Amino acid sequence: MTHETTTPRSFQEIILRLQSYWASKGCAVLQPYDMEVGAGTFHPATTLRSLGTKPWAAAYVQPSRRPTDGRYGENPNRLQHYYQYQVIIKPSPPDLQDLYLGSLRAIGIDLDLHDIRFVEDDWESPTLGAWGLGWEVWCDGMEVSQFTYFQQVGGHDCKPVSGELTYGLERLAMYVMGIDHVMEMPFNDPDAPIPLTYGDVFRQTEEEYSRHNFDGATTEMLFRHFEDAEAECERLLAFAPDDPKSGKRIVMAHPAYDQTIKASHLFNLLDARGVISVTERQAYIGRVRALAKKCADAFRQTEAGADL
Amino acid sequence: MPDLLIELFSEEIPARMQARAREDLRKLVTDGLVEAGLTYASAGAFSTPRRLVLSVEGLTAESRPVREERKGPATTAPQQAIEGFLRSTGLTLDQLERRADKKGETFYAVIERPGRKAPEIVAEVLETTIRNFPWPKSMRWGSGSLRWVRPLQSILCILSDEGGAHVVPLEVDGIVAGNTTEGHRFMGMGRFTVTGFDDYLVKLKRAKVVLDSAEREAAIWQGAQNLAFAAGMEVVPDPGLLTEVAGLVEWPVPLMGRIADDFLSLPPEVLQTSMKEHQKFFSVRNPRTGRIEGFVTVANIEAADGGEVILKGNQKVLAARLSDAKFFWENDLRVAKAGMVEWVEGLKAVTFHNRLGSQAERIERIAALAREIAPLVGADPADAERAARLAKLDLRSAMVGEFPELQGVMGRYYALEAGEKPAVADAARDHWRPKGEGDAVPVEPVSVAVALADKIDTLTGFWAIDEKPTGSKDPFALRRAALGVIRLVLGNGVRASLAEIVAGGIARHPAAGPHGMSAALDLLFFFHDRLKVHLKDQGIRHDVIDACLAMPGSDDLTLLVKRATALSETLKTEDGANLLQGFKRANNILAQAEAKDGVEYSFGAEAKFAETAEERALFAALDAAEARIGPAMAAEDFAGAMAAMAGLRAPIDAFFTAVQVNSDNPVVRRNRLNLLNRIRAVCSGVADLSRIEG
Repeated sequence: MTHETTTPRSFQEIILRLQSYWASKGCAVLQPYDMEVGAGTFHPATTLRSLGTKPWAAAYVQPSRRPTDGRYGENPNRLQHYYQYQVIIKPSPPDLQDLYLGSLRAIGIDLDLHDIRFVEDDWESPTLGAWGLGWEVWCDGMEVSQFTYFQQVGGHDCKPVSGELTYGLERLAMYVMGIDHVMEMPFNDPDAPIPLTYGDVFRQTEEEYSRHNFDGATTEMLFRHFEDAEAECERLLAFAPDDPKSGKRIVMAHPAYDQTIKASHLFNLLDARGVISVTERQAYIGRVRALAKKCADAFRQTEAGADL
Repeated sequence: MPDLLIELFSEEIPARMQARAREDLRKLVTDGLVEAGLTYASAGAFSTPRRLVLSVEGLTAESRPVREERKGPATTAPQQAIEGFLRSTGLTLDQLERRADKKGETFYAVIERPGRKAPEIVAEVLETTIRNFPWPKSMRWGSGSLRWVRPLQSILCILSDEGGAHVVPLEVDGIVAGNTTEGHRFMGMGRFTVTGFDDYLVKLKRAKVVLDSAEREAAIWQGAQNLAFAAGMEVVPDPGLLTEVAGLVEWPVPLMGRIADDFLSLPPEVLQTSMKEHQKFFSVRNPRTGRIEGFVTVANIEAADGGEVILKGNQKVLAARLSDAKFFWENDLRVAKAGMVEWVEGLKAVTFHNRLGSQAERIERIAALAREIAPLVGADPADAERAARLAKLDLRSAMVGEFPELQGVMGRYYALEAGEKPAVADAARDHWRPKGEGDAVPVEPVSVAVALADKIDTLTGFWAIDEKPTGSKDPFALRRAALGVIRLVLGNGVRASLAEIVAGGIARHPAAGPHGMSAALDLLFFFHDRLKVHLKDQGIRHDVIDACLAMPGSDDLTLLVKRATALSETLKTEDGANLLQGFKRANNILAQAEAKDGVEYSFGAEAKFAETAEERALFAALDAAEARIGPAMAAEDFAGAMAAMAGLRAPIDAFFTAVQVNSDNPVVRRNRLNLLNRIRAVCSGVADLSRIEG
């Protein structure tokens, strides 16, 4: 059962291999969502599309931001901006675990040499009003992916259930290529005319954003923008479904959801600035969740989110 | 007699749920089979991360037929009654029998249930079991509606006897039961057919699965010890971790690695916690240095390279984790050496509870309380106050931020680094204790003082703002805190008035306002309740405690328990039990007479009015008992006092047998009633026996 799997030579090669693997398994390969999000799950292709009965299969890279994780590019493993690879399939296929293991083979992990384990991990997103059961997947003791069967999103039961896979790309790539510091990881092929490391691409931005997240961002403005996003989300959802101009029924679920994403990111920034107290924290999370739930309600009124 | 084999094959079952699930499967299926009229010789349940298995041996091939006869209403009964009977029996009118008796004609239902074959019963029972399985958390998957802990992939269900194995016809949500299964996820060789439990075991092992978790545990422990022994080291035992790891693998392969020298300076608790919590590694100790220098990880695969890549990977992950830990440790040491001022400042900003102020304010209260309590437990007041001020500073340390379970342990290290006395540093670690029922009680006086002050402040605080535990809700673990106080007091023989300590605690909470007194009283009652629960486990009944609580000085818990223990022992003796009856009889007669006469017979019994030898003997016995009880009580020799009291049993019994209390002679009657009062008075000096039940 030995497979000849070559080790990828660069970060981008791992992404490309995942893209082509999941494309070959029938997923629509989408592009990143064009907003600041904390994780690939926030992409509407996952949150909203996991609702309703319409079958769905998508895979994409999602740049993700966790402002509190900024370390000025010095920590070998921690970044405030990193990449997740996300796969979402509805209904979850019976062989999802095997499909997932196939993707590990595709990026050069020899399953006869490594120790792959599915270790209990219940996933919950308090800001999205979502939860699911599954595992964190370990490769030789390192967590390389999250594997989740969505049970509820935005307060709605998922029927059918979506299967969600999330790969932490930098960590996974570093492990596969045997790199100790993320900034030293080849981004493109090391033999390319202009070889670039992860550090060439991101060290400076990690410094800039770390300073921004911890000290630079204007908190009064962030608070204000949070209020604005919250108000705008609710305003958009308050429109009557019938659009007088087009004569169509148009519920603005996605534009409203964009405001939820914004509010969530603003909250993360405020948290990084250390201006939200422990008790207030819960209240802010609750406000974002309330928006997410309303957007889920609205999406269920649309064609893409309805029960067929 | 067929044997039954069931395997429920699924995606990975959380390790912590497996033991309970095995037992539930065994119980639900065997109970169901027996309920349906089958019997069996033995049953055993097993689990791996991917399967739950039940093997039932010597099952009967079919259930016995059952004939049941039920009497119904009279044939002349109203239509409604007859219809009700039909509904309850599931029969139609023409299926009922009419039988004549003396009163007339009555309907009878004769219900015959033929014997049912085992496969039919097994299918029914297994389906019910699967659909109603009590997982702590279950889920749906795909488009189905079935719930299981993780997706259920296949069901093996066969009945086998001399004639061969037969699949039990069963389908649950599209999963059709069969006679095949698969082995190890990576080392198995596809699906195979199974003919019975023995065949199953052999084939599973060939497909690299050890079915029995106990066998996996033994293999892991043996393998780990061998690896360590070969390197001159020893594995630190951890039964909980062993069970968990055995639930994560089907084919355990222990591998041993070394901790890089850079990290050996970390405290052993940090190494152990980091390795166990994050990586599920066993710690390996070097007996020569006494340090944790290695680890054992358990892989789930026999890798082609002997596990070299796997070990290297694990070592790398550990190095990353320990670099974090080392970073925290070094940062924390810097703060500690500078006197932990940074943390003192930090705690001012941390709210303990929005109505009870910040952590810093709380620490002020605990420090003052610890100083007060110190003399009661033999601690130096200045040390106790100092220790209380330091005890919670590690909450602000980076290490405790990462590993909350190291709270206290780190505090001790940091206090030592800051140059504090060992007794003061120890209190940082031990003032949290006892953490639970099994946890030992601190005995070092400074630790005891801070531990008591901490818990008393918590309890009085939440009582002051009226946030008491209700029913199953106890979010601030106040029951545990109260039990902690009780165990600290009893374990150290602390002699103090709990009422005064509680009053002192409440007084420091302005939130109590004018209700401070009633809150303090209520908290004392709460302590009494917890004490009853605690002593019940030691075989002392609640009414015995009530009898002692009614005595003066009962808020000194050490004294109270000493008294209750002696009383409990006395009541177990024959003399004690009979004395109680004698006391109650005396008390009842007195109570009735006092109610009737409207006076209290409280003194003045004189031996000269005694008419019988038994009366005189009782006078003498009471005199003697009083002479012994007084000094014994003064010396807190409760056993001696109670023995003297129990010695009254014979003269009291003799008195009641021979003497009629309610004599026609009013003088004699009054004298006897006053004599009964002496019984009451003597006994009441020891405990309030009227509160004893029975």
